[in-house]
Amino acid sequence: MAVQEKYAELINAAKSSGVNNLQVREENNVLYIDGQAPSGQVKDNLWSIYNKLDPDFRSGDVVLDVNVAEAAAGSKAKVITESTNLNIRKGPGTDQPIVGKAAHNEVVTVQSQANDQWSLIKTDKGVEGYVYNQYLQQV
Amino acid sequence: MKKSNAKLLIMGALLSISMQLISCKSKLKDTDIQSSLNEKVQADSRLSHVTTSVNDGVVTLTGDCPDEACRTSAEQAAKDVKGVKSVVNNITIMPATPPVEVNTDSGLESGLRDATKDYPGVTATVNNGEVTLTGTIERSKLPKLMQSINALNPKKVNNNLTIK
Repeated sequence: MAVQEKYAELINAAKSSGVNNLQVREENNVLYIDGQAPSGQVKDNLWSIYNKLDPDFRSGDVVLDVNVAEAAAGSKAKVITESTNLNIRKGPGTDQPIVGKAAHNEVVTVQSQANDQWSLIKTDKGVEGYVYNQYLQQV
Repeated sequence: MKKSNAKLLIMGALLSISMQLISCKSKLKDTDIQSSLNEKVQADSRLSHVTTSVNDGVVTLTGDCPDEACRTSAEQAAKDVKGVKSVVNNITIMPATPPVEVNTDSGLESGLRDATKDYPGVTATVNNGEVTLTGTIERSKLPKLMQSINALNPKKVNNNLTIK
């Protein structure tokens, strides 16, 4: 219970911000928070609370897996790399060959979500393949 | 002779009746009821969050159960214990949360390869579901890295990174 007390603010924020299928569990003194956040802002807010309660995530007592709700097929997403092009790959994995690139800030069409990490996308130029979800932002 | 035989018989009968009466009156002690209740509750894993108490043969059930069937079976089990007069069922229903799913080490390793690819200074190792991060990172990049690693369903993340 001590972990839940330490992160009470984080748990309450997750409860009050409309996270779907929210599950808060504690096993072996690790707190697991799972669910789907309604938006990227909600997810970022939870992470900044987590960072505040446990500066630089040093304690190793939380696994916070709150994903942004899956992008609908056909929705648009912007490439949010820092500055570089985003690799588009044949399959979901960095071991897969690169079939093309999407430019920084380019808007692509999301076809489907392969898993929590990878999405199948198509660029306006017609290149289709998988990109890492972290570099996509729903628009 | 006959008379004294009859007297003996009657006395014997009376004696046995009175003994039966005594044994009927002596009720089971609360402590005995409690110990048989404990046995029953411990035998059923679904009742692991149920606690029992006994007072004058009246059993009170408290705690929580995953569903109604568990709640009623706990009540029935208590009623079946010898010496129990009545049962007060204060068990609340709390749906069970499924256990945390942890990714396999090989699943984590391939996920970590992708997650750490753009962080050249970071090394991630996996041991029994635990991810350990070593190396260096800029503070501004740490949350993004942690987010992708937490999404891989690790058991735990040990952040031993040196922050620049």
